Parts: sequence; structure tokens; C-alpha cells
Amino acid sequence: MPETNVILDATAIHRALTRIAHEIVERNEVSEEVVLVGIPTGGDHLAARLAKILSGIWNHAVPVGILDVNMHRDDLDQRAAPTIHPTVIPFDVTGKTVVLVDDVLFSGRTTRAAMDALNDFGRPKKIQLAVLIDRGHRELPIRADFVGKNAPTARDEKISLRLVESGAAQDEALLMKK
Amino acid sequence: MKWTRKHLLDIESLTADEITIVLDTARAFKAVGQRAIKKVPALRGKTIVNLFIEPSTRTRISFELAEQRLSADIINFSTEASSFKKGETLKDTALNLQALNADFIVIRHSASGAPHFLSRVLNAHVINAGDGAHEHPTQALLDTFTVRERKGKIAGLNVTILGDILYSRVARSNIWALKKLGANVTLCGPSTLVPKTFEQMGCRVTYDVDEAIRDADIINLLRIQHERQRKTMFPSIGEYTQLFGLNKARLAKTKPDALVMHPGPINRGVEIDSEIADCDRSLILEQVTNGLAVRMAVLFLLNGGKGPQGVAGN
Repeated sequence: MPETNVILDATAIHRALTRIAHEIVERNEVSEEVVLVGIPTGGDHLAARLAKILSGIWNHAVPVGILDVNMHRDDLDQRAAPTIHPTVIPFDVTGKTVVLVDDVLFSGRTTRAAMDALNDFGRPKKIQLAVLIDRGHRELPIRADFVGKNAPTARDEKISLRLVESGAAQDEALLMKK
Repeated sequence: MKWTRKHLLDIESLTADEITIVLDTARAFKAVGQRAIKKVPALRGKTIVNLFIEPSTRTRISFELAEQRLSADIINFSTEASSFKKGETLKDTALNLQALNADFIVIRHSASGAPHFLSRVLNAHVINAGDGAHEHPTQALLDTFTVRERKGKIAGLNVTILGDILYSRVARSNIWALKKLGANVTLCGPSTLVPKTFEQMGCRVTYDVDEAIRDADIINLLRIQHERQRKTMFPSIGEYTQLFGLNKARLAKTKPDALVMHPGPINRGVEIDSEIADCDRSLILEQVTNGLAVRMAVLFLLNGGKGPQGVAGN
């Protein structure tokens, strides 16, 4: 039976997202230029939550998109074909500050694929990266602009984020040891 | 449930879950076709050979475009300009293509089972783009995709396939896919072209066209395959049109939300009235658009390795 630790509970997740939202506000003076793009699965729900908090601070709606990066991955023929989710970006990203939202930052390869994929939709003015959990073990020169929690992990451990939007009883982030 | 197959040879051997994976994946690829940049790098560096030993226009073009939109390198091989004219066998041609490190072979052949044969002698992924009167799996997948997109489901729908069933690989693949996904399938056409043996596949067979389409949610029309018939199986085209052609009067007696499909190429005025082909209940051109998305999905899924699932999302 693998050992499982809760590294973020529902309150901690909410607190982390609120802090990230305030950091996004602090970093971006022109609020109308900011759009959020979540990476499924997990990042899309977090992006929607961040948009809600941000619209409360800025008093206007913040556009949210969903970007599936699987068609742009560099390891497609090394593993079973991934499940693809529809990409929905209902706005023009050109000239915008795109905040990519992902649940866990690990090797950085998803982020690289996301930046490639985003290029096919236009030319953003800036791309920033927000992640709920940074677990280390980067394989590419990529770092997050906004981090909810830094969680030291071993490479063979697994982090699982469960959100009520995807049917979980309560929000929690779990670290599963081998 | 993950896709683990190396080849797409037929629908008969697929499970309902596997068919659903293709349809779900195709949904994402359809959206790629609506972007300003319609190309993704998923198959970058892969070589695909389109081996069309039997003439084809729409299927070949659809595959070619799907391959290009996935950034693959492609070689087109057709009967007219090939060494088949010089007497080379299918196996030798295929082995030569493999010697060039082709990763995928998309084959259309007049002999049933040709793709299955290639899958046994080659290391490359093999996709059946139509083999004789046996199967045309990507056509069935795009047809079920179109039905599911428009009707929201497949299970419980009444689908009537009308026309030349006996010589139609499209019919066979469609019947397999529809039955696996829980649709009720009715077959109708001249009795010489719709043998009762199809009842063994779980279909209803009738020779009364008005009765066949009365409760249909989908009417799928098939072309008379002149090239596959050894002798005329019915007295005349005119009589076929009279008895089985879909015209306005016949369509008026169906459910108001019944939709009309046709794999193409259509023969206006034979199996389908011009007016109906162009009306808003016709899905014929949507089928073409969806065919591209489905073929991209199939190529993408087959390209996946067999190895363990990586740590996705992190």
C-alpha cells in the first residue's frame, strides 16, 4: 500500500490561489491585458477559480481559455497516446499577457508544449506561468512566475490534485510515495 | 481506458470503448481545423506512405491533408505510376517502402484482407483505407462521429442504410460500428444487393423503402458500386431510382428530424435527389469535414507507444 500524505487541503488550496491572484495583480498593471489559459486536467479548473478571484479584485471579467498541449508533446511515441481534451480559447491572445495555469510543475515539458501550442493562436505580449505546486526535477530551463507551494519530492513519487470540479468530495493535493 | 493498438485494420475487432476513444480524440482534432494555424507537430519526423492500389480521390485527399496537418512527411503511391505495372507483388512493394523507414502505411486495395496481410509482414503501422468489399474503418468512424455530434448519442438511434449493401465496405464497417455502439440498424435496397444473411450481423432487412425510413433518425445512402458488380443486379438505373432513390416525397414521410448521409461520391438523380443533397437535413459535406478530424485522430492514436503512461500533467 503506497504511503499518501496530504500536502494541501481545501483551505490551503484556496489560500494559495488567493495569494497567486494578488501576485498576478501586483505584477500586471494593465488588468485588461491579462487572460488566463488553463492546461487540462486540473489547470483548467484552477484557471477558472483564479479568474473568479481576479474579477473580484479588478471589477471586470477576466477571459479564461483551455489549452490541451498533448498534440505538441515531445514524447508522443514513447508512451500510450494521451487522452486529448478540446482546446477552447475564445479570444485573441495577440498583444495579451497570457497567464498559463497548471496544477503541478515537474519536468517543464508540459509548459514548453503549452508555449509552442500558444504560438499557433497568436503572438502574446507576455507569457507568465502560475502553478499550484512546484515539485522540482526540471528538465528544461523553465521556472514559474507564481507558485502556490514548493513541494520537495522524489522523482518516482506522484502528486495528485483532486478538485470538486472533477468529482472529488473535497479539494486536496496528495503526495503518493512509491 | 487507453488506446494500445498498432494498426487500424477493421471495425469488427474494435471494442465499443476503443471506437469511443477515436470519436473523443477526433473532437479535439476537429477544433484544430478551425484555427488560423491548422497544423500541429504531433507526427513531426514520421514518414507515411499512402499506398492506393485502387483509385480513390476523397479518401486519399482526406488522409493526405490529415497527415500534413500532423506535420508528417508523406509519399503518395498510386497504381498508375507504380511498379505494380511492372509485376511487383504487394509484399515486395511494401517491403521496399519499409526499407525506406516508413512509419505508417495507409492502404487502399481491391482485395479484401490486403491490409491485414501487410500488418503481418511489416513493422510499420497499417491503416486500412478500404479493402475490397470488406471494410472501410475510417469511413465508419467518421459516420458515427457525425451522427454522435448531431444527435448527441448513438445508442438507441434508428439508422437505415439504403442501397448497395452487398458490395459495400462502407456498409459493413458502419454496421459493425453502429451495432457495437447500440444503434438499431435497418438495411434496404434491391433484394439482389441486400441478402438476408446480413440479419446475422444483427440488422433488420427490408425491401420496402418507405417502411425502412419511416422511423429512421439517420438515413445513410450508398452509391451503386458499378465497378464491383460482375453483372447488373437490377434491371435499370431508372428503376432503381424509382424504387429506392431518396426524393422529396419519400423524405416528407420520415421523422422531421431525420438526417441524410452519404459517403460520396453522390450520383445526383440516382440514389439521391439534387434538392435533398443540398438541403439542411443533408450531412454530406459535414461528413467530409469530420473525415479529416477522424483520420487525424486515428493517426495520432496509432502513433502512441506501447510503453507505460508517462507522468501526464506534471
